[in-house]
Amino acid sequence: MGYVPVKGGTQAIEASIKRLKYERLKGQEIIEIKTIMSTMRGMIDQVMSESSLYSPYLAALSIKQAEGSMEEAVFLMRAHRSTLPRPYYSKTVEPETMLVERRVSASFKDIPGGQVLGATYDYTHRLLDLNLIEEKLEENQQWLQNYQEELRDIEDFEEVKYFPKVVDYLREEGLFEEYEVNNTPPIDITKQSLQFPTTRSERLQVLTRGQTGTVTSLGYASLRGYGQVHPTVGEVRVGTVPIYVEHPNKMEHSAEDEFYIGEIKVTEVESFVPINVKNENNEYELEFEIGYGICYGQNETKAIAMSILDQCLEHTDSDFPTHDEEFVLLHIDSVESTGFISHLKLPHYVTFQSKLDSIRQVKKGVQGNES
Amino acid sequence: MKANTHFAFFDEGSKKEIRRAIMKAVAIPGYQVPFASREMPIARGWGTGGLQITLSIIGKNDVLKVIDQGADESVNAVSIKKMVHETTGVELTDRTEEADIIQSRHRIPEVALTKDQIIVLQVPTPEPLRGVEASEYVTKRMHSEDDYSGVWLMLFEQIMKYGKTATTADHPVYVNHRYVMAPSPIPRFDNSKMHQSDALILLGAGREKKIYAVPPYTDVKSLAFEDYPFTVEAFEDKQCHLCGSADVFLDELIDHHTGETIHQCNDTSYCMEQLNKVEKAEVESSYA
Repeated sequence: MGYVPVKGGTQAIEASIKRLKYERLKGQEIIEIKTIMSTMRGMIDQVMSESSLYSPYLAALSIKQAEGSMEEAVFLMRAHRSTLPRPYYSKTVEPETMLVERRVSASFKDIPGGQVLGATYDYTHRLLDLNLIEEKLEENQQWLQNYQEELRDIEDFEEVKYFPKVVDYLREEGLFEEYEVNNTPPIDITKQSLQFPTTRSERLQVLTRGQTGTVTSLGYASLRGYGQVHPTVGEVRVGTVPIYVEHPNKMEHSAEDEFYIGEIKVTEVESFVPINVKNENNEYELEFEIGYGICYGQNETKAIAMSILDQCLEHTDSDFPTHDEEFVLLHIDSVESTGFISHLKLPHYVTFQSKLDSIRQVKKGVQGNES
Repeated sequence: MKANTHFAFFDEGSKKEIRRAIMKAVAIPGYQVPFASREMPIARGWGTGGLQITLSIIGKNDVLKVIDQGADESVNAVSIKKMVHETTGVELTDRTEEADIIQSRHRIPEVALTKDQIIVLQVPTPEPLRGVEASEYVTKRMHSEDDYSGVWLMLFEQIMKYGKTATTADHPVYVNHRYVMAPSPIPRFDNSKMHQSDALILLGAGREKKIYAVPPYTDVKSLAFEDYPFTVEAFEDKQCHLCGSADVFLDELIDHHTGETIHQCNDTSYCMEQLNKVEKAEVESSYA
């Protein structure tokens, strides 16, 4: 028989899937879900953010199944997400209720509440730590014990301390405009496909579930020259926020009837962007606007880049692609971009044959069969 | 923990929502209806639009055929068939005549379809104007204003450059004399099969989140100029080296032993059918 067998594809595919399993198993080591959960924080946060499904446990499972491939793990989570029923929408989260673990401002040294450095790679030297090759559980336990003892000497607050937003301070000073709270219910982009021009609620949803690398790159492009947004980070905060849902049956809603269903860890960024506006006398004045970024877990680079892109897309009267909502929003999703790129591996025999024919006909300079 | 999926993967609400988009698409032939495309367990760009249509219309008694670039056993066809079968248990077939629903990537079968069949085509780029205009907001307006000058100009420019239109697969068509539509990357050879088709043609683009349709007995005309008529892929005197068929879309292959170019039916199930007919005739004649 010829080059392309008419039969046999099914067995070949089964064999390929078997081979994939072999690759995962052949090292004869098993990584436990709990090991991934307790040691792969960055990966779990990124998977949850890009898949827009908050579950550290399932994210760890997806990482295990995907052998650490980020795009594959996100894909697994998204496919699972679309099978889940969504009986409730949560109440609006007020980020002031965040239990802050880290919070810095690049705009002011002396912010109300102070700078809280928390846990970050920012101040480390990126030198490979060869000691980790032979890490000992006992030594780690000893370290943890010492650390706990150090903390004991630090004074406790009587009450839970919430941190005010940096921007509130500036609003009081009259440097930022006061806006009325916009309580329009957001459009759920997973229930309605994007229509252009988009609303801000749609844009923020697409940006927050965007592929980390893409969001970062486009934000960087805008900052470097292909855009008109040059922000100062007003505030980056990382911490947990509580999630509530309304009582499903009660006619009258009050905050007391709401159910607390858990907490999520997020990174939130408010960037201050100076812009030129005309005042009543038709003169240009400098004003500040806020670019907003938020994502699941701790991923500060992504959240900052998102705040740049949010601000870019608020000003679409620019020729730069980073200010074009279709350019940004339609190409930023991990599952969509990796899916379409990878489909190029599928057979294209028919379409290629059609291209061949077209080129041959053009070369011959004749009209082919009419029909 | 094994996930227990609903019949045909989706919950009934999701299926109903997709069917509503399909109904609208049938009512406005060639118009791209936006829908809330779901993430599927197969990749975006690998037929998720077609798959969502198939899953939302399939019933327990339906027989399904899936083809990928003409082949029943090509990677994508196998994967999609497996998924639909695992979640529905419906009967699968390779034979075009036996199928109620045919999901296909970029081919319309050689055997003529009937009024009892539905063909679901997978679509990578549903917007026929995308080549001339990148913005979705603008192309949507161009369709509503019946402004197809861009796509005509594209064909005209090809004639200026090459002396003929040089489209490949996915040659744009007029549907019901109103909307210009991307027929999906089927070869130009298959375009005429859409015209006045007995079967309902549904087209699904998962990543681009669009569904559109050509209802049965609808006029579908390939875009062309009077003096530069529409042409299909030419195979001239070539025929299938296995079954001998000539008036079909052929794959071009290289014979490993002789190094010569040979041709073979692209529609694998059609080829098998022809081979079986020859076999049967031979057996019968040897008995006689």
